[in-house]
Amino acid sequence: MNALTDLTLAEARAALVKRDVSAVELTQSFLTAIEALNPRLNAYITVTPEQALAQAHAAEAALARGEARPLTGIPLAIKDLFCTAGIRTTAASRILGNFVPPYESTVTANLLRDGAVFLGKANLDEFAMGSSNANSAFGGVENPWHREGEPDTALVPGGSSGGSAAAVAARLALGATATDTGGSIRQPAAFCGIAGIKPTYGRVSRFGIVAFASSLDQAGPVARTVEDCAILLGSMAGFDARDSTSADLPVPDFAAACARGVKGLRIGIPKEYRLDGMATEIEALWQQGIAWLRDAGATTVEISLPHTKYALPTYYIVAPAEASSNLARYDGVRFGLREEGEDLKDLYERTRRAGFGEEVRRRILIGTYVLSAGYYDAYYLKAQRVRALIKRDFDEAWGKVDAILTPATPSAAFGRDEKQNDPVAMYLNDVFTVTANLAGIPGLSVPAGLDAKGLPLGLQVLGRPFDEETVFAVGHAIERAARFTATPSLRAAA
Amino acid sequence: MSYTLEGATGPWEVVIGLEVHAQITSQAKLFSGAATEFGAEPNSQVSFVDAGFPGMLPVINGECVAQAVRTGLGLNAKVNLWSRFDRKNYFYADLPQGYQISQFEFPVIGTGEIEITLADGSVKNIGITRLHLEQDAGKSLHDQHPSKSYIDLNRSGVALMEIVSEPDLRSPEEAGAYLTKLRQILRYLGTCDGNMEQGSLRADVNVSVRKAGEGFRTRCEVKNVNSIRYVMQAVEAEARRQIEVWEEGGEVVQETRLFDTSRGVTRSMRSKEDAHDYRYFPDPDLPPLVIEAAWVEQLKAALPELPDARRARYVGEYGLTPYDAHVLTLEKETAAFYETVAKGRDPKVAANWVTGDFFAGLNRTGRSIANSPVSAGDLGALLDLLKDNTLSGKLAKEVLEVMVDTGRPPAEIVEQRGMRQVTDTGAIEAVIDDVMARNADKVAEYRGGKDKLFGFFVGQTMKAMQGKGNPTLVNDLLKRKLG
Repeated sequence: MNALTDLTLAEARAALVKRDVSAVELTQSFLTAIEALNPRLNAYITVTPEQALAQAHAAEAALARGEARPLTGIPLAIKDLFCTAGIRTTAASRILGNFVPPYESTVTANLLRDGAVFLGKANLDEFAMGSSNANSAFGGVENPWHREGEPDTALVPGGSSGGSAAAVAARLALGATATDTGGSIRQPAAFCGIAGIKPTYGRVSRFGIVAFASSLDQAGPVARTVEDCAILLGSMAGFDARDSTSADLPVPDFAAACARGVKGLRIGIPKEYRLDGMATEIEALWQQGIAWLRDAGATTVEISLPHTKYALPTYYIVAPAEASSNLARYDGVRFGLREEGEDLKDLYERTRRAGFGEEVRRRILIGTYVLSAGYYDAYYLKAQRVRALIKRDFDEAWGKVDAILTPATPSAAFGRDEKQNDPVAMYLNDVFTVTANLAGIPGLSVPAGLDAKGLPLGLQVLGRPFDEETVFAVGHAIERAARFTATPSLRAAA
Repeated sequence: MSYTLEGATGPWEVVIGLEVHAQITSQAKLFSGAATEFGAEPNSQVSFVDAGFPGMLPVINGECVAQAVRTGLGLNAKVNLWSRFDRKNYFYADLPQGYQISQFEFPVIGTGEIEITLADGSVKNIGITRLHLEQDAGKSLHDQHPSKSYIDLNRSGVALMEIVSEPDLRSPEEAGAYLTKLRQILRYLGTCDGNMEQGSLRADVNVSVRKAGEGFRTRCEVKNVNSIRYVMQAVEAEARRQIEVWEEGGEVVQETRLFDTSRGVTRSMRSKEDAHDYRYFPDPDLPPLVIEAAWVEQLKAALPELPDARRARYVGEYGLTPYDAHVLTLEKETAAFYETVAKGRDPKVAANWVTGDFFAGLNRTGRSIANSPVSAGDLGALLDLLKDNTLSGKLAKEVLEVMVDTGRPPAEIVEQRGMRQVTDTGAIEAVIDDVMARNADKVAEYRGGKDKLFGFFVGQTMKAMQGKGNPTLVNDLLKRKLG
């Protein structure tokens, strides 16, 4: 029999319900794996073994009573951006290094309601700002995958949900919560060879999630399979009166939608996503994806999303602008880090200088600049207009197609020391993913193949607002055709 | 004759606009469920939203929006069915989020106007530019510790309406009348208690001066003035300062100033160069505020009668003088008291008693309508005793004094103290006969043509009856017997 940590979430759930596996045993296997691998991978900032085992015992009792809920006994990693009552929540920042929230985020509360077990808090880029997980005050995360023949060259897991993706890929959790502001679920999922979905804006409550850019932030799951993501999203999603941007819509049965198939679906292939100088293996993978979907009964249609090229600059105005305001509350007055000063202004300056890392400071500066008197119209207002055009591109596309297929990232995972000194090169990682955040539409990254060095590559499926079901159906079809069975070099029981 | 201030170079006009911050009367804050009671223990009415904790989100309180719409309707203003919340960004220790949620570009209420009445009886319309919703900040306490400041977040997130007037006001009197009228409307609507001492109503006063016929000159803003009297004083002090600057060949610079109430002068708080760049932008946590026209109609239909309408009704229906109508409608509570007294009775008599002896009694005992010792029902009952001749006017005044002092109902006082007036003609005639017998000389003089002595006989008769004789009967009977 395979190690328990190799089970998918759906398999583990079936085994728990059939009582082939005990919830305590399952959780213990993951805790043991974390103990073995986390010192190297650094996927978790905080591990909570006592809490996890207590939850596992409770789950075991519920299972014994035949009271299984959708996630009873399922061990998960929680991105350390979700507030968890009584458990330190850092956003991977020194400024929140000692912050223990007295409240639970809606997403984690929903998961607990459904019986999940929390193994700990996953690492991330500070305040979810980054594409490599290098911007963490608690140290970077190592991607469990390595280039063939280079086992000692540490690669990044992507970001900002690098800890979540690495933990799931290395079998240190059955699934994880993540958030996505410009690609922070989909890019690390692609880099780590797992699936991840950013749902429609408003599908999942933002209450209790440390905010980065409020109009773009959306929480979603990462997991090893598309179906696992669908199961997790079913628990995470739902209307929440405490988030004014939450959509008052019923939560469909996402897991059931995975098996719908793609027969008769029209899949759009946007020509603007074919970049100059794009790696041939990315292009080849994309063509392969098109072929798989055709084989499964879908038709593909070339479409145009003409404002795509403006998406990245638009994103890097809107997101920092909102961040500069959202992060003003970290001032040392009420919670978190405080560096005493001569007076109030000095206290602010010392606290924020000591508390924020370089990338966070850079984005606060950019955001403050673009909102300043005299620059607002040229930057922020113009960016909002372009954002509306990007959304309109998609609205028009939905008249012709049911889903859109693109590459997830322009490359496979890169080395820890590559790109670090060039913020703009780093920002280019989000080129395929930011459009979904700007338009508020769902986007799923599915592992679809390996590059020449044996690193995973992902394809992205975009869908209509609140039509995650079609996105899951298309993603599932790709997953089935791709037969992605490769595993990372660093993983539990390996 | 319009108001001017005399400078060395001649008369100057004063131009004033007011920005009034009115705390909305509501159970909960603008974006959180925390309570809003005044005077609670510091930091006892603070939710995690109000304290700006990570991951906390604002959710609009519908009742606060309803109060803003009611106020807009009361100011005859345009209700904007689409408005938006913006963030006003600045750092301060009592501003937990690092921004204030306000409405910068698209306020919920647009232009309106209110009518003010001045002491000379003239009437003037003052334009309202806008009314918008915003949240209050907390309070910094600098006097609790030698080297530290304390922060009380009870006010943080409390709903405010900022009501901005056009620069239509031209004198301290007009500014005072405007603020008085605005407060009266807010109190009638029940949308703000108007309590300036507790800070529920505060005014920022924009003042400039100019020569007749000129356009506007540079204005200064005097911040946070917390009484109507201080607003009037601040206008004059600031106008005089500016006149001096201009006349000395200087230039008034746009700046924010504070009014020093003890010295009666304004002083600079911060200049335009030091002004914050608030970096306003739409709050991404809040969708635009969309209001249904039908809901506005519902609120409109349920609005209470406002002071102007009520005053007009008192004059038109009740036949009161404009002055009495004005006095009786100044406070909603007074008007309600008056209407209870007047119900089913002569409204003019009721008005005379309320504004006359009743107000005098309140003044004498330092009470107000809110804690009046005499209920409106009891005052009405007193008027009934007057009408059915149980009491004379003079007796009724005496009974009312006892009512003010004891809080007892009039019938009980009349009974216990035997204050019922005598209307038995036989009894009165017997007293008159006695008085005439004892003053035969005066009777002769009267009958000889000394008409003035009539008052003497009235006085003697009433004295003998301890003031309880019905004055009309006493008069009639005396005339007949002496005649």
